[in-house]
Amino acid sequence: MDPYILKTLNEERRARRAAVLVTDLGDGRDRIVREGDHVAGDLGAAIANAFRTGNSRSVEAEGRTFFLNAHLPRPRLVVIGAVHISQALAPMARIAGYPVEIIDPRTAFATPERFPDVALHAEWPEDVLKREPLDSYTALAAVTHDPKIDDFALKAALDARCFYVGALGSRKTHAKRVERLLALGAGADQIARIHAPIGLDIGAASPAEIAVAVLAQTIHAFRSRGLEAKGAVA
Amino acid sequence: MDESNYLDEARDPLIIAEGWMKDGKDVAIATVVETWGSAPRPVGSHLVIDAEGNFHGSVSGGCVEGAVVTEAIDVIGSGKARMLEFGVADETAWQVGLSCGGRIKVYVERLG
Repeated sequence: MDPYILKTLNEERRARRAAVLVTDLGDGRDRIVREGDHVAGDLGAAIANAFRTGNSRSVEAEGRTFFLNAHLPRPRLVVIGAVHISQALAPMARIAGYPVEIIDPRTAFATPERFPDVALHAEWPEDVLKREPLDSYTALAAVTHDPKIDDFALKAALDARCFYVGALGSRKTHAKRVERLLALGAGADQIARIHAPIGLDIGAASPAEIAVAVLAQTIHAFRSRGLEAKGAVA
Repeated sequence: MDESNYLDEARDPLIIAEGWMKDGKDVAIATVVETWGSAPRPVGSHLVIDAEGNFHGSVSGGCVEGAVVTEAIDVIGSGKARMLEFGVADETAWQVGLSCGGRIKVYVERLG
């Protein structure tokens, strides 16, 4: 391995950016492909697959054997609101491989008793997200119903290109939210990325069932990353 | 608490390899490039080795690391990468193998 390649790869991993290390197993030459870089042909298709699935594997292309090592940042889920839904969502999402962080400035809600074993911030999203910025491998679900708490975080999630952005509330509630986000400077195409009403439509009727719907929608968004963007270009 | 959002700098093999390199050590990187059956570590897993035989990471959960380290020291000396293959230990021969019944292919290369 080229020392410069190793250094670059580690920089990408530290910054929570996806990269695929491509090694020619015949001559040992390697290179780094970043998400969005264009690589032609069968090798390009295999690399795109590695980014989407996170699976590393050997591939035959152009008469050579390449090893593709996919380095994807660990996806995480930031939940705005220490509410009932979050209490069910936190353990389920962790089991599914999406560690959860919960942010809610209302100290009566954000208590360790209600959220054992969860990273919990009893602070305003503005303050937490300044310290721990959102990124494209982070999902954000806003479930407080309170614009004072949700809106800033939603705008931040759109700007950071979070792979999933969901917001609790009826269509009517969301229509008002759209107006406020436009006033905050969000673009209409950005706002269209918000999943609202939140969660896959499974007829969820309880907080725990809504949590299932949100988790399923998060997983769907993660596994189809890049596919919607390609569709938009075509 | 699960701190896996960020890299575990103290245990991450590729971070350790970079640190060794900066300390002027000779380093080899071993990578699982293929698995069949019930392999203990997934494709893409790393073991990093220095010329003194110090190592970090894992390619098999302990079954074949000893053999990989020995080969890696040769690779550091020669600079020529090697592909190693490990399967179930042969009953008649005393050799390393995977007790789980899987097979793995490990690519060993020198850093630099």
